[in-house]
Amino acid sequence: MAAGDNTTTGETLSAALAAKEVEVTCFPEELREECDALRARYETPRAALMPLLWAFQRRYGYVSREMERVIAEELEIPLIWVRETVTFYTMYNQRPVGSHHVQVCGNLSCTLCGARETIRMIEEELGIAVGETTADGRFTLSVVQCLAACEEAPMMQVNDRYYGRLDRQRVREIFGGLE
Amino acid sequence: MSAPKLLSANFGSEVSHRLDHYLERGGYDEARRVIAEVEPEQVIDQVKRAKLRGCGGAGFPTGMKWSFIPKGGDKPVYLAVNADEGEPGTFKDKYILTYEPHMLLEGMLICGKAVGCHKAYIYVRGEFDLPIERMEQAVAEAYERGYLGADVMGTGFPFDVVVHRGGGAYICGEETALLESLEGKPGHPRLKPPFPALVGLHGCPTVINNVETLALVPHITRLGADAFLKLGVESQGGTKLYCVSGHVNRPGIFELSPSVTLRALIDDYAGGMRDGAKLKAVIPGGLSAPVLRPDELDTEGSFEGLKQVNSMLGSAGLIVMDESVCMVEAMHTIIQFYAHESCGQCTPCREGTGWMRRIVERILAGHGRAEDTANLDSIARKITGTTICPLGDAAAWPVMGFVEKFRDEFEYFCKNGRSMVSGEKVGA
Ligand SMILES: Cc1cc2nc3c(=O)[nH]c(=O)nc-3n(C[C@H](O)[C@H](O)[C@H](O)COP(=O)(O)O)c2cc1C
Ligand code: FES
Repeated sequence: MAAGDNTTTGETLSAALAAKEVEVTCFPEELREECDALRARYETPRAALMPLLWAFQRRYGYVSREMERVIAEELEIPLIWVRETVTFYTMYNQRPVGSHHVQVCGNLSCTLCGARETIRMIEEELGIAVGETTADGRFTLSVVQCLAACEEAPMMQVNDRYYGRLDRQRVREIFGGLE
Repeated sequence: MSAPKLLSANFGSEVSHRLDHYLERGGYDEARRVIAEVEPEQVIDQVKRAKLRGCGGAGFPTGMKWSFIPKGGDKPVYLAVNADEGEPGTFKDKYILTYEPHMLLEGMLICGKAVGCHKAYIYVRGEFDLPIERMEQAVAEAYERGYLGADVMGTGFPFDVVVHRGGGAYICGEETALLESLEGKPGHPRLKPPFPALVGLHGCPTVINNVETLALVPHITRLGADAFLKLGVESQGGTKLYCVSGHVNRPGIFELSPSVTLRALIDDYAGGMRDGAKLKAVIPGGLSAPVLRPDELDTEGSFEGLKQVNSMLGSAGLIVMDESVCMVEAMHTIIQFYAHESCGQCTPCREGTGWMRRIVERILAGHGRAEDTANLDSIARKITGTTICPLGDAAAWPVMGFVEKFRDEFEYFCKNGRSMVSGEKVGA
């Protein structure tokens, strides 16, 4: 699978995204409690890896190479274990992404209901192509696989929310209502 | 044919996910009674007689699966709930997680009693924010009020539940990839045997069941095996959640007896074809299921019924296509999915899916070759049965089905460099 393909494209980061990079060189105290709870909940330190990666992504928006090292040291597992899990799963961002990650479904049910036109329309509305981020760092646009909301096709996910039955007016309203 | 709504009566409700609402409806009564009074063998026997079939895709008899767990071993037994819901065209488990999380927990408790399991993981696909939030809230509420934890409802039975968020990989819906993922690893499926019932999570006996399968369990013990079986058909007890999407007037989720025909599902429940268009094809059981033509829809929507037309009920996600659809284009959407999601472990799947995708792209760009149609079929056939997990088969079956049933469209596109339906080339 094209692991991490949402967020690894592009040679250099735009200034807006580069500004979202954070330096994490040792395990952050604010995540300590959560980390301890996860280690107690899972049978092995390695099994606590995915939820810990999620905790980092929630906090920092992505998981940097530095963070991978910090996590490996904290869990006392080889760095390669962290690396292979981060790169296998598409939802771990390896670089900062736009504040609003717009993910439009391009699978069959959505395509039958006009997803291809929807994607073109959203590209127009945002002024960027799929895989790009707006210059102000607000929006990143991706096409993704079925999000299990085919009854509302064509649909998209923006950060943690699903939006269905998209047309231009609705898309404008949705984007307009975001910060 | 009005089946009772065992699972879906409260879909859409603002309150049904709360513990108090579930308790008002008699919630957890069955788990309490079964844990306190019923022997594990009796529970398994009842689930067997009820003919509950796994709703994750394979339709495996649930009671039989539970009976494979060794009794009295010294290793812990785990339950892994499959809430990955990745099969395109499927959107049913999302509703259970969102509106009936406690029904799922109750089914898990009963399963726990039946197989001697005290720890369960619910593996939810990473994109499901609201369902995960609801599920976590339900687990927290259940712990707080003693429906989970060291002493479930004062019975002395311990049961822990962890909600685990996936990372966005279709392959992790495959049961052994799911176990790898629960161990923090990339989701590479394992060779079987050994089967998870003996060597599963962390090397221990493990039951893996779909969300819908487990949510039906409290209804089996409440109604009794015979009454549950009567709601279904001879080979498959209970009701079934069907997801209908594509070119219909009312796409959505319908809980029905599996005796329903696909035609009735589309015409009577999903409101018939959109804009009065003519039906062309139906994928009956999630993207992997071989496609059906309009003359094949009078079949019963059960696991056995769909076998009779050489397809499968799978995850019961029906994708309905009208006559405006170019099947070569639709094939491209399908095959790019599998090429993207192949985990890369097995050569036939990794290389074969990419190869088929490139062939379809070439056809769409107007450069199809005379042998391309036959090649698609032959590559697909060479993938089936040669891979560690069934993703390879899942990619091959739709290709074989499309080429068999709509061969003329593929050949026309190759020969004329444009679609038989739209008259255009698409240029993928
Ligand atoms: C590639 C692939 C993807 C799968 N995805 C899912 C899924 O998303 N959800 C699910 O419940 N089962 C999925 N399955 C089926 C599971 O492997 C397994 O059969 C099922 O979870 C068992 O539960 P059941 O007996 O209750 O159906 C998938 C299988 C394969 C081969
Ligand atoms: S095909 Fe788009 S959500 Fe399923």
